[in-house]
Amino acid sequence: MLKTFAKGGVHPAECKYSEDSRIEILPLPKTVSIPIAQHIGAPAKAIVAKGDKVKVGDKIAESSGFVSANIHSSVSGTVAKIDDILDSTGYKRPCIVIDVEGDEWNETIDRSPELRREINLTDKEIIAKINLAGIVGLGGATFPSHVKLSIPDGKKINVLIINGVECEPYLTSDHRLMVEKAEEMLVGIQILMKALSVNRALIGIENNKPDAIAHLTNLVKNYPGIEVHALKVQYPQGGEKQLIKALINREVPSGGLPLDVGAVVHNVGTAFAVYEATQKNKPLFERVVTVTGQLVSKPSNLLVRIGTPVSNLIEAAGGLPEDTGKIINGGPMMGKAVNSLEVPVTKGTSGILIMSESESKRKKEATCIRCAKCVSACPQGLEPYLLKKQAQLEKNDTLEQSGVMDCIECGSCSFTCPAGLPLLDYIRLGKSRVSKIIRSRKQ
Amino acid sequence: MNKRITISPSPHVYEDTSVKRLMFDVVIALLPALAISIYFFGMGAIIVTLVAVVSCLAFEWLIQKYILKQEPAITDGSAIVTGILLAFNVPSNLPIGIIIIGSLVAIGIGKMSFGGLGNNPFNPALVGRVFLLISFPVQMTSWPIPGGFKTGYADAVTGATPLGIVKEGLGKGDQISDLMNQVPSHMEMFYGHMGGSMGEIAAAALILGFAYLLIRKVITWHIPVSIILTITIFTGILWYINPETNADPLFHLLTGGVMLGAIFMATDYVTSPMTPKGMWIFGIGIGIITVLIRVFGAYPEGVSFAILIMNSFVPLINTYVKPKRFGEVVNHG
Ligand code: SF4
Ligand code: SF4
Repeated sequence: MLKTFAKGGVHPAECKYSEDSRIEILPLPKTVSIPIAQHIGAPAKAIVAKGDKVKVGDKIAESSGFVSANIHSSVSGTVAKIDDILDSTGYKRPCIVIDVEGDEWNETIDRSPELRREINLTDKEIIAKINLAGIVGLGGATFPSHVKLSIPDGKKINVLIINGVECEPYLTSDHRLMVEKAEEMLVGIQILMKALSVNRALIGIENNKPDAIAHLTNLVKNYPGIEVHALKVQYPQGGEKQLIKALINREVPSGGLPLDVGAVVHNVGTAFAVYEATQKNKPLFERVVTVTGQLVSKPSNLLVRIGTPVSNLIEAAGGLPEDTGKIINGGPMMGKAVNSLEVPVTKGTSGILIMSESESKRKKEATCIRCAKCVSACPQGLEPYLLKKQAQLEKNDTLEQSGVMDCIECGSCSFTCPAGLPLLDYIRLGKSRVSKIIRSRKQ
Repeated sequence: MNKRITISPSPHVYEDTSVKRLMFDVVIALLPALAISIYFFGMGAIIVTLVAVVSCLAFEWLIQKYILKQEPAITDGSAIVTGILLAFNVPSNLPIGIIIIGSLVAIGIGKMSFGGLGNNPFNPALVGRVFLLISFPVQMTSWPIPGGFKTGYADAVTGATPLGIVKEGLGKGDQISDLMNQVPSHMEMFYGHMGGSMGEIAAAALILGFAYLLIRKVITWHIPVSIILTITIFTGILWYINPETNADPLFHLLTGGVMLGAIFMATDYVTSPMTPKGMWIFGIGIGIITVLIRVFGAYPEGVSFAILIMNSFVPLINTYVKPKRFGEVVNHG
């Protein structure tokens, strides 16, 4: 029996069209627009000005607090402007726009391809290095990684969990990394283990990636303390709380964090970025992005510099299909639809999914037939039909008691509802109202 | 970009399902029982089913169009399900006029007066059935003796159901061992060779439908299993105490509306609880009330009443029986 989480979950069609496409390097764009807010927390503060010359890897915006992240130039060239530009959130937000000239890297970066296994830094130095390199959670949550590694006094961590689940349909960037950059990733995991002073790390991978599972299982023989676990294909297996439940059978308490149950979770992409930052002195300025969709002629996994417009990626994957109806930043379950091809790739962009006109249509809404399918699908043990009703009636108190803040916005409820009700739309609305109330209560 | 693209919040994909698909799956699951019914009751079964389905559809359409002034939504199939279930709960020789009245009550009062699909507290087909039972007690309890196509419709020869025979016999002080000689064998009852409401006679066909519903994930097993288990245990205890005054559990399961009720009536989405725990409470309640009515009450059969009574507790069950939330129990590592 494969391990999985305790309750709920759905089985969307996997559609991993690009799972066998090797990671290709996307040619440099003419300009990049690098947002100063690509992570959860305070936006970084720009430290360059119009006209400044920058090299690849130069810091261009500085972390502005504990929960914030540095931002580095992904190209060499001249800062053209710092301006508000439409990004994947759908809002215009400040970006540093750089005209690309050549490809000159900051000299401190080690560009050699050799694997560097020996770890010379102390735990404190590792965390500082990760902070410096601007690493954030690359699974899509974009939470600054150094914060996750700084364990508050009184908490004890005994296991590191590495998320290689990639349960979102279509996406394959983590899958390719695990196959092509396995050794680097494993060294990255060892570094994270050292930073946390734990001697056990569990890599969770959904069972639909047998090549990655076999490859890593073979390699971890040389990496004591690291284990590979195949997990049942079931969405949202990669949800942080669900993954912890599946691997070590502990439940993160409602409103709590993984560290409350002695665990820290990092994504495989993050582990790779940690390797590059500590062993190669390379800050986070590029990432692997899957470009895919049923209509896409060449589903691809591309190594992309942060700030590259989405249109360049789509071009490399065979161009924008005639019948495009929707462009999604991320996967189909949790990704965000974007309204322009010029939005830049950010640290959180795991994929670009193109859907046809007919796939883009929402289901026709009928009335709730109280079939309870949403209840059995919810991995958090909530009652989505009820949350929707309470949100519609603006019953904020009961909404909070019903656990609306526990919703992880996985979308399983809307996915499964036979009446085609946009349950999560209403639940999000309710969540934002309730969180406002909670905040005002704290003040 | 010169073309319109859609912006909408996640999720962007949906399961291939709909209310219509679910309802038609229920219809498919009911077909084996309908076939057995036609096999044993002939023309009558066909007439009763057709009249009930057509009049349920017609009443739903008329009420939505002219009284509620909504877009009629009869294509969702829910009125077809109600029609078939109503037909399954009446004798196969029921006069057409009475069937039409039953359909009007089922759809008009049982469903539409509460706001239509999704809002009705009681199973509409059962509302129709119980109304008919009270208003037309004679016609509703004259059961044709199964004889295939020779059974006929209005001219069918009628007799008592096994439950009725046992109830009456026990009332007169007869022994179960004697009464069992007057009713069909358990095997015959399993295949449906007995008098009774049209769709309830063949446990075998109903169980086949149950398997289909489970495979297609239309319903979960909780409600049928909890009802059947409760009835088995409860009647088993009575039987163990005195087998000469109480029928055996299998007799109780195979006769009357237990299988039809447990599999198709109590599992109606709208009128059953939302959580597995709630479904257990609901099922156990139905089982206990059914046995109480059968053994101690005035009627030989009690499944319909039991389901309607438990229907009325569903809002309460849903309020107090909640799913276990993730992270509710803190278990420090
Ligand atoms: S899945 Fe949809 S129709 Fe079923 S209970 Fe939930 S909201 Fe209602
Ligand atoms: S209520 Fe939230 S957690 Fe539950 S299924 Fe819906 S989106 Fe997922």
